[in-house]
Amino acid sequence: MDRRNFLRKTLSFIISVGALGSLKEILNIIPAIAEVKNGELTKPVYGMGIQIDKCIGCGRCVEACKIENDVPQEPFFFRTWVEKYVIKKDGTVIVQNIANETGAETVPEKDILRSFFVPKLCNQCANPPCVQVCPVGATFSTEEGVVLVDEKRCIGCRYCIQACPYGARYLHPTKKTADKCTFCYHRIEKGLLPACVEVCPTQARIFGDLKSMASPLVRFKRMNKLHVLKPYLNTEPKVSYADLDGEVR
Amino acid sequence: MIPQMTDKLAELLKQVMGYIYPNEIEIHWSILIVVYPYLTGLVAGAFILASLVKVFNVKEVQPTYKLSLLTALAFLIVAPLPLLLHLGHPTRAYEIYLTPNLHSAMAMFGFVYAWYLMLVLLLEIWFVYRQELVLWSEQEKFPMKWIHKIITLFSKDVSQRAVDFDRKVVKAITIIGIPSAFLLHGYVGFIFGSVKANPWWSSVLMPIVFLFSAIVSGIALVILLYMIIIPFRGEKIDMSCLDKMASFLFYAVIVDFSLELLDFIHRLYESEESIKILTELVINKLFVSLFIIQVLLGMILPLGIMVLIKLFKFDQELRKLLYFVSVILIQLGIFSTRWNVVIGGQMFSKSFRGLTTYKMELMGIEGLITALVVLVLPFLILALLLKIFPPWGIKEPRLEKA
Repeated sequence: MDRRNFLRKTLSFIISVGALGSLKEILNIIPAIAEVKNGELTKPVYGMGIQIDKCIGCGRCVEACKIENDVPQEPFFFRTWVEKYVIKKDGTVIVQNIANETGAETVPEKDILRSFFVPKLCNQCANPPCVQVCPVGATFSTEEGVVLVDEKRCIGCRYCIQACPYGARYLHPTKKTADKCTFCYHRIEKGLLPACVEVCPTQARIFGDLKSMASPLVRFKRMNKLHVLKPYLNTEPKVSYADLDGEVR
Repeated sequence: MIPQMTDKLAELLKQVMGYIYPNEIEIHWSILIVVYPYLTGLVAGAFILASLVKVFNVKEVQPTYKLSLLTALAFLIVAPLPLLLHLGHPTRAYEIYLTPNLHSAMAMFGFVYAWYLMLVLLLEIWFVYRQELVLWSEQEKFPMKWIHKIITLFSKDVSQRAVDFDRKVVKAITIIGIPSAFLLHGYVGFIFGSVKANPWWSSVLMPIVFLFSAIVSGIALVILLYMIIIPFRGEKIDMSCLDKMASFLFYAVIVDFSLELLDFIHRLYESEESIKILTELVINKLFVSLFIIQVLLGMILPLGIMVLIKLFKFDQELRKLLYFVSVILIQLGIFSTRWNVVIGGQMFSKSFRGLTTYKMELMGIEGLITALVVLVLPFLILALLLKIFPPWGIKEPRLEKA
């Protein structure tokens, strides 16, 4: 190779590398490619949106959750539940768990000011108090932002149950370890929806990747005014509510 | 599914007032978790009383110095037991040492406990008794001879130099011991005080209130033990010692009472979102245990008695009787304080809309009988410790100087 040839080839190499590099930069404008580049598409961050006005209180989500996740059938153990709010004209608020309405007060329709249903579940907090307090690290956040319990490690001290502001945890009566909603982790890993989302007849629950612009959850977050439960506790829930009433706690 | 448990919870469900989150029916931290802070409080309090002698040179309470140390040890040995019994998986408890979550206040339990037991109490007691143990083992017969010999770790040196060294070490350990005792019980308060989800617990004052109530209960316990054990041995109660201890108790109760009152007034004045449900809680669920037992019988009455003792010159016998009544009332009050914190904090819903009930079991691993056994056990251990380490100074050739 003579000197001229060598210089020409070196120059063209530099130019083509530069061009490819800038092409990459240009392609980065497209969000999906940028996500791939940063390795973020491989690990989604899951969240849920709940459109309160769509919930009809049928309780199918609760039932599906109990079957899917072997949650004890008794009305003291729930990974998800639905609350019925009745706000009377005199301002009193009556709340009930729809799975357990024994002894519930029936309010005559003329006395009702407004009424609605609120599905509840673990908020999969980004800043979870339960994970903070677990003495042995048995409860943890996955890279996808799902808070899970390692039942082989949990010692059953129940500090996490005390620390959860949302009452989302219970002690499994036979396993004697803490139990809670996992967003049906075994399903979402395979690309399926959580059981409660799958069975909801009105699509009041929207599940998806908080980072992907293509996810229905991001669309939900774009189209609604949102609120989370107990924001003052700085737990940063990943479950957000549309049309949330101020009476809901 | 355990049908018995279902029945119990179904029964509780009927007694729920207002609305609670469905998972909140069961009270998760039971009577055993009431006993735990009560026991650690006694440890910290007894140790702080002992340290008055060594660090602050309060000579009057010297007769109870060793008794306080042994009491602290006896209660500290039992302290983790209620926690262990309470765990869903007690066999996994060691994980708290193997894979501790450093962000968890509770994970520090193992380390604080080990530090306090090994480095403070055991070491201090060993150095305090070393000289006597050596001398005893020389005079005694089998088996006590060998027990004492083994405990001395076969050291024999009772020269003035060695004894002076012991004394120096004891002082150093006590100086480290005071912040450690503060840490031990302050940390128990922090476990509750740092739960932001629970407005009944979440308070920056919690560790400090725990600490002072610990000092109160610890001093009261040592007074009680002193007043029972000494007459049993046919000896005379040292009134200046008793008066001095009662005096410290009096000041500790005043500080404790003021702190709790401050906490109460602060909550009432701030009147946050939770105030309505907490008011309901206090009126419906804690009226007897909070107002009657904790405040009236456990604080105001003993305070009143002690003020009377300070104002009027009662004779010895009446003073003894009044002290005796006061310290029993104080124990009752402090136990009630623990109850109100632990059980009270779980009887209202975090939805702030309702109250649940605690139905204590009689039998069962988290029942009343277990709790009573756990409460009696430290006294049995103390009796054994008093046999092995007699604190009376008999057979003691050289009296220890304060």
